[in-house]
Amino acid sequence: MAISIEQLATDARDLATNLGIKQFDLYGSSVDETSVKVRDGEPEQVKASQRSGVTVRVWNQDGRVGITSTTDIDRAGLELALRTASEASAFGATDNVPDFSPEATQPIEGNTSDMAPPAPINTLITALADAEKRLLEAHPAITSVPYNGLAQSDTERFYLNSEGALRHEARSIASMYLYAKTEQEGRKPRSGGAFRMARSFDSLDLEGCLQETTDKTLSHLNYDKIQSGKYPVVFSPEAFLSLLGAFSNLFNAQSILDKQSLSTPDSLGQTLAASILSLADDEHHPGNIGASWFDGEGTPTRRIPLITDGQLSNFLHSAGTAKRLGAQPTGHANMGAKVTVSPGYWHVFSNQPGDLRLADAEQVILVDDVTALHAGVNSLEGSFSLPFDGWMVKRGDRVSIESATIAGDIRDLLKSIVCVEPEAEVLPGGTCPRIWVAELSITGD
Amino acid sequence: MAPTLLLSRDVPELRYLPTVDRFDESWRSPLSTLLGWGRAAGADFVEFFLERSNYINCLAEDDAITSIAPRLATGAGVRVFRGQADCYVSTNDLTFAGLRSALEKALAILGLSLPGPNAYIPEVNLEPLRDYVATKGKDAWLGQCSSMKEMGEVLLAANGALAKQGSHVQSRRSSYFRDWQEVLVAASDGVFAHDIRLTQSVGSSLLCADGANRSSIGQRAGDASNPQFLRDWDYETFASGIAESAGKMLYADYVESGNYPVVMANAFGGVIFHEACGHLLETTQVERKTTPFWDKKGEKIAHENLTAWDEGLSDNAFGTLDMDDEGMPVQRTLLIENGILKNFISDRAGFVKTGHPRTGSGRRQGYTFAAASRMRNTYIAPGQFSIEDLFGSIDRGIYCKRMGGGSVGPTGQFNFGVDEAYLIENGQLTKPLKGATLIGEAVEIMQKISMSSNDLALSPGFCGSVSGSVYVTVGQPHIKVDAITVGGR
Repeated sequence: MAISIEQLATDARDLATNLGIKQFDLYGSSVDETSVKVRDGEPEQVKASQRSGVTVRVWNQDGRVGITSTTDIDRAGLELALRTASEASAFGATDNVPDFSPEATQPIEGNTSDMAPPAPINTLITALADAEKRLLEAHPAITSVPYNGLAQSDTERFYLNSEGALRHEARSIASMYLYAKTEQEGRKPRSGGAFRMARSFDSLDLEGCLQETTDKTLSHLNYDKIQSGKYPVVFSPEAFLSLLGAFSNLFNAQSILDKQSLSTPDSLGQTLAASILSLADDEHHPGNIGASWFDGEGTPTRRIPLITDGQLSNFLHSAGTAKRLGAQPTGHANMGAKVTVSPGYWHVFSNQPGDLRLADAEQVILVDDVTALHAGVNSLEGSFSLPFDGWMVKRGDRVSIESATIAGDIRDLLKSIVCVEPEAEVLPGGTCPRIWVAELSITGD
Repeated sequence: MAPTLLLSRDVPELRYLPTVDRFDESWRSPLSTLLGWGRAAGADFVEFFLERSNYINCLAEDDAITSIAPRLATGAGVRVFRGQADCYVSTNDLTFAGLRSALEKALAILGLSLPGPNAYIPEVNLEPLRDYVATKGKDAWLGQCSSMKEMGEVLLAANGALAKQGSHVQSRRSSYFRDWQEVLVAASDGVFAHDIRLTQSVGSSLLCADGANRSSIGQRAGDASNPQFLRDWDYETFASGIAESAGKMLYADYVESGNYPVVMANAFGGVIFHEACGHLLETTQVERKTTPFWDKKGEKIAHENLTAWDEGLSDNAFGTLDMDDEGMPVQRTLLIENGILKNFISDRAGFVKTGHPRTGSGRRQGYTFAAASRMRNTYIAPGQFSIEDLFGSIDRGIYCKRMGGGSVGPTGQFNFGVDEAYLIENGQLTKPLKGATLIGEAVEIMQKISMSSNDLALSPGFCGSVSGSVYVTVGQPHIKVDAITVGGR
């Protein structure tokens, strides 16, 4: 169901006037998505969905805010949503009431529409089935590719408010994942996978995804137990970004104001990490395939330095948190009855990159991926204890670790970084080099 | 009404106007027509899932209501099977034209062509509407639930209780949600069923801090089908338990990693079985052979003291349903009896692809997901031992009193966070421990659950998997695991 943003804006204004609503805003999206999975060369499941939804916020005469989300975006559905939001506003917060972003009407420079024609579904199926076939042929131990998928989507996002703000962006995304499993007599099953994302199916790095899955899976065939103890650790870009994401409340102004963060308003300028680490949230980094031009309040997105040479330099803000903490909105707000803040695209780098090399290391643990973050991370206490995939690396020789967890405290970890490698890897969630940490607890055998 | 003998060319001209504010008999003709059209195109099976939902959540932080957020949604999904391949298309458009368009898209994806203009569309004889709404008086549920005002009052009172009973309190949160969902399922095998689900959950959490020491403890309660749930919630007792745990964990030492015998508490302790075994008994895993148990039906896969169930029938339990999302009445499914694998958890696709009979377990988060085999209320049956027997059998081990979340990987490796743990020394609980994660492999751990006490209790949970997030119950009595790897510092 295609959405006319102009028609939506007209309907919203008319309905609000009829309902006596003077101040409102509206954020929504429309997604047209297709995905395929294969098994044994045949399509296992093909999914297509067209879904739309909007969230409306209404300010009542007392300045309280009510909100409602709906998938019914015709005139009747919009009217019901406005009515319900109006009803909910009677119970809205009286302190720190959100307001429109002062930047919601600022012009955005750039092309906010980046659409690509979708590939035919048969093309997706054929490409995925071919990848599965080549994975199975890559090594006799690879017996199945139980998890795989190829998807493409067109997404439109929009924001408008009763003071004339009107934002719209449209973007196409394609993605692929492969996850292979091995079986060998007398050996435990091993697995490995890879993920790729691009602006369209045509520009998707299918070969890279296939090669990485093959290499990773086979690299785990030669595995061994590891003795529990403390080891020097090297985090892959993916693993380090996963940890950063799990502890993003360090930078989240709303979490800080809610006392749900390891940081406080006074933490700015304090040492958070080793001086060789710098970090920015950079929505417009060239590696960010899914970049957005504005957040849920219509604020334009931008680059925000978060850690500069080890020191905490900024927080991520909504319009409301920026006002309370005397800062500028940063374009990280999600619309809601309570506006929340979330990170965009991480950029990890160093102004003094190190020269440590895996090929020279006597003995380090290379953590490729940490898993089960929802269970093993306590973001309020700073602790983590996570299963991981990785290898014991001795002078360049890698042996896969059979099963182990890595544990520590994020604040200690950040301060014990001893090397940020110069070469960064571009991933869907961020750009990051390998990160070396002096020592962490590993639980194995 | 559709003509008695319908031609394909007539379908685009039909103008059905079923009831818009509820799913009832008026949907029979349009859905029957579309199902017949799909079958005439060559589909082996066609199913429509229609959904309307009315959701609201409310959040109280410290002494203020900071969020009340209603969400309204309508949509439908059509699933088409051709051989073992299936296609799922979802849409927000519940008009006849919108549903027809979704069906056409699904047929085209599977390479099926619409029947020629002069082809007769065979009638699909849907069963008399199996209406759980009418027979169980569910129409009134939504109106009987707590108002926004009541939600706010109860949550603020709960936060007040946390303030009164906690020490070194840094922040207090209580939240509630009500998820009202109306569904209609119509399928080319004749299924035509209507239901309303009412799921509610309320929870509190407490963050305490004293210098560098921090502890955070949370707990949730949940219910399916009781509109009075929030009014009946005993938040004082809830707050007391949370405050006591947070106080004990504030100064807890980190657990020393290693291999220990553990006793896991009842109720939410059952998350271990849910993750380590339950997921591996779903036919979505069996069909991919990503479970070590895929060919073990009738064989011993667990300790002989272990019996386990998955069912959708317990009164008001979080995973209780009258019918699953494929219109099948739910069942009580014996999974493991005295260590022997008896049954898998199966949905329609699971039956088609593995041959294991359906168990009323086809579930989905909503209309944007195709149903898949999912757990409902899953628990280990009570055993013959007392809790004292379990502790008394351990010289040095760990008592996992309050579990966090967990997950299981594609090779059967699982992990669980432990929010509240204690060291067991010579059968006695000695000091609190934090930072523990339990790690293991399903095949091995199931053989090590050697003792179960007689105090089975259930607890609500949220399970995320291939068909989205669904409400489930986990449960168990206190159990002893002879040895498990504990990740710590």
